Amino acid sequence: MSVPLTLLGLLEREPSHGYDLKRDYDALFGRGKQLPFGQVYATLGRLARDGQVAAGSAEPGDGPDRKRYAITETGRHVVDTWLAEPVEPEPHLQTVLFAKVTLALMLGKPAAAYLDTQRAAHIRRMQELTEIKRTGPLVDTLLADHALFHLEADLRWIDLTSARLADLAEAVKTR
Amino acid sequence: MNSPAATSGRMIETRHVAKNFGQTFALRDASLCVAQGEILAVMGPSGSGKSTLLHCMAGIYTPDQGEVLFDGQLLNTMTEADRTKLRRTAFGFVFQFGQLVPELTAADNVALPLLLNRTKRKVAYKTADTWLDRLGIGDKGARRTGELSGGEAQRVAVARALALAPKVIFADEPTGSLDTLTGEKAMDLMTGLAREQGTTVVIVTHDARVAAYADRVVMVRDGLLTPADLPSSPAGGPYGTSAPATASATAAAKGMN
Repeated sequence: MSVPLTLLGLLEREPSHGYDLKRDYDALFGRGKQLPFGQVYATLGRLARDGQVAAGSAEPGDGPDRKRYAITETGRHVVDTWLAEPVEPEPHLQTVLFAKVTLALMLGKPAAAYLDTQRAAHIRRMQELTEIKRTGPLVDTLLADHALFHLEADLRWIDLTSARLADLAEAVKTR
Repeated sequence: MNSPAATSGRMIETRHVAKNFGQTFALRDASLCVAQGEILAVMGPSGSGKSTLLHCMAGIYTPDQGEVLFDGQLLNTMTEADRTKLRRTAFGFVFQFGQLVPELTAADNVALPLLLNRTKRKVAYKTADTWLDRLGIGDKGARRTGELSGGEAQRVAVARALALAPKVIFADEPTGSLDTLTGEKAMDLMTGLAREQGTTVVIVTHDARVAAYADRVVMVRDGLLTPADLPSSPAGGPYGTSAPATASATAAAKGMN
């Protein structure tokens, strides 16, 4: 799961304080595991250093950090690239793919097209693995089989998610 | 426009093909090229229109709109008799179920289409034996197909399709009734031998693992065709393949987004 990119994506909705970001992240992507405050502020610090977010001046208050963070043009570009690029097809991608689809729907970006790109990357990898099975020794075939079954599971999830996008978009927007 | 030169390398081409069943649009604006020797997989969930596409390509269904060309010849305007002849001589078929005559032996089943095409009996049976051998079931020639296992029967069906030396093999869910390993062996043999022979293959499947045996994968969803794999080279364009002919599902693909 890519925490920095997901936080950056959340910031594309509207400028936020670190606390609000953490709360939204935990609710949407935490799956029962909370993001430590320290990690949120360290991440925001790195994103600011890299020019992907801009920190406003501190507001009066008690919190550890009362700055409001806003995404920059560079940051928007980074989010767009991340969403549109397929993830390297390897097993156990569910959290990354889930975060990308959810953010894309939230930001009104073409989630269906992203899923199509991901499907294409998966199929290409499955073709490569099948070629290994066709030409390689049996031991390689066993490893290729394992990867193929996991990629197939991803693909079925991609297909089902594609079919559910309209309902998902509603669910994400009404949060 | 349909001169042999213009269609060289294009074995099957559909242009804006549409097919309805009553009020149901099974297939809309399907444009696709399958190059000679190419192995194409058509994926999609059940009811998506992928079998309808295959039936249109094979001249079994006549499209309501659009054109289907085989080796540059327009199928739409052929007489039914000519189309039947084409299906019997140039096309091989491998389906999921019920394609073999269970009372006949494996050798009879493979020889039958050859005999129908007036091949001499001796030659037909020799060819049948050769192909059963290549599919690893040379010892099953005298067995009735009704007594064979599912995997063996499917190999007989593949042998029967290849024995005709067809230009194109159409396979509809060829592994649908087989367990994973048996299905993979059948796919491996079918695609391997087809590559050896330079035979074009169109496989319809809902199974991504089966589709992965193909050179190129397209998807049908709700009757619309989209490319489903990445171009094999940057020069190939969005629907590119290494083969000279490319799928052009542009309109359909744009409609999806």
